[in-house]
Amino acid sequence: MLDALSFPFIQNALIAGLLVSMASGIIGSLIVVNRMVFLAGGIAHTAYGGIGMAVFLGLPIFLGASVFAVAAALIISIITLKHRERMDTFIGLMWAVGMAVGVVLIDLTPGYNADFMSYLFGSILAVSQSDLYFMGGLLAVIIFIMTFWYRDILAVSYDSEYANLRGINVKFFYTLILVLSALTVVVAIKVVGLILVIALLTIPVYIAEKLSNTLYMMMILSGIFSSIFTVIGLAISYEYDIASGASIILVSAISLFLFLGFNRFTIK
Amino acid sequence: MSVVIEIKNLSFSYHKQKILENINLTVKEKDFLAIIGPNGGGKSTLLKLILGIYPVKEGTIRTFGEVPKKNLSKIGYAPQNTNVNTDFPIKVIEVVLMGHIGTKKPLFGYAKEETMCAMGALAQVGMEKFANVKIGELSGGQRQRVMIARALCAHPQILILDEPTSSIDIDGQKQIYELLKELNNYITIIVVSHDISVIMKYANSVVHINKKLTHHDTSTNDHTLSHQCNHFCEVEMFNRFKEQK
Repeated sequence: MLDALSFPFIQNALIAGLLVSMASGIIGSLIVVNRMVFLAGGIAHTAYGGIGMAVFLGLPIFLGASVFAVAAALIISIITLKHRERMDTFIGLMWAVGMAVGVVLIDLTPGYNADFMSYLFGSILAVSQSDLYFMGGLLAVIIFIMTFWYRDILAVSYDSEYANLRGINVKFFYTLILVLSALTVVVAIKVVGLILVIALLTIPVYIAEKLSNTLYMMMILSGIFSSIFTVIGLAISYEYDIASGASIILVSAISLFLFLGFNRFTIK
Repeated sequence: MSVVIEIKNLSFSYHKQKILENINLTVKEKDFLAIIGPNGGGKSTLLKLILGIYPVKEGTIRTFGEVPKKNLSKIGYAPQNTNVNTDFPIKVIEVVLMGHIGTKKPLFGYAKEETMCAMGALAQVGMEKFANVKIGELSGGQRQRVMIARALCAHPQILILDEPTSSIDIDGQKQIYELLKELNNYITIIVVSHDISVIMKYANSVVHINKKLTHHDTSTNDHTLSHQCNHFCEVEMFNRFKEQK
């Protein structure tokens, strides 16, 4: 199996898997502690509208998906800050409409018959050099923000009312978390696809949460677990010729069950 | 003694429903003020107005002679419901350090003085041994102490607590109030509570809020009664209160 590493597309897949794992470890931790999992799901599916638009207009896929996802994040931010009680309705709406826009635009694209399943379930083996730059750049931005604004983000996540009293701009940081989530979702779509992205953002994070005393510990552990699951998932998908996204998610899920079983066994 | 909070003719509505009506209240330095009243009576709303979380539209609130937003750093606040978010991966010391935010902070992480100050605040509430414990592993009473430490972290001149003992057993409640009594030696305390029997023992003035505000002076007559029988519930309180009217 190791000789597979000599193929450039396998090398790219591995690098992409690791970059996205670390980004989703950090951002997934924020999504989970802020109870935003459903929001992230909404953003992921709305991003499909952006993929459709990019295909239709002949733009880079990442650009289209990012524009749609960030717009979705901003709309969700406005809704949650103003009409919290109707939030689930609006997110459900965006979720479905985003998908519908994507499907229609891809149908309307003349001669386009590429495998649009790849966006639903990931296409990590088709990662290009420029995709890697985008992923690396995003990870750098995330690490930069988390380093310098860690305590503000921690305060907003743990107790937003108190953070507001201490003069922190809660709306700004809340929106920032959502926008970073949107961009992370976009790069994760390449690895596991938009349907499976939620699992990547939650399963490693859930295990890490149980083992961490602090948020940054949780982020680091999530990134490590996510990387391990991604590499094992990729290896299995290569060996048995199955879809990589689904393989990564199943490896994660099995690890989660083993962890929970082991946890129960040792604590009792 | 100087006046620290002055509220004049304050009214407040939310979704067209009147929550507070024509509230007048003066709090002096080193007062121990208790705010009682039914659920939905507007107690927490009043606190949030004092803290500048809600905007004042009718009437005025002055803290240290200025609008509430100007003096947030002089007011410490311990919110209600410390049992939410207990899964959150955060250490006790980090929760207390939040009290500093907004003041001189370093480029990243926490400054040494900040950590030392936070440890001092924890020591004040007798929780310094738990500094590196995950917040979710503490009991309700211990968590409440941490919230008080967080409020003390900024060296406030007024400490405001919203239902500090609602989720704590009787022993824990007493400890919290003993702590507040001690703190009251040098700072003003405002506490919202249902525990009338405890309040009567520690507070030097009590106001009842149910849309409107009514004063009680507990420093004189009521005190004797609360010593005779340890329990003094809100119903009796109300009856006595009606008699006086």
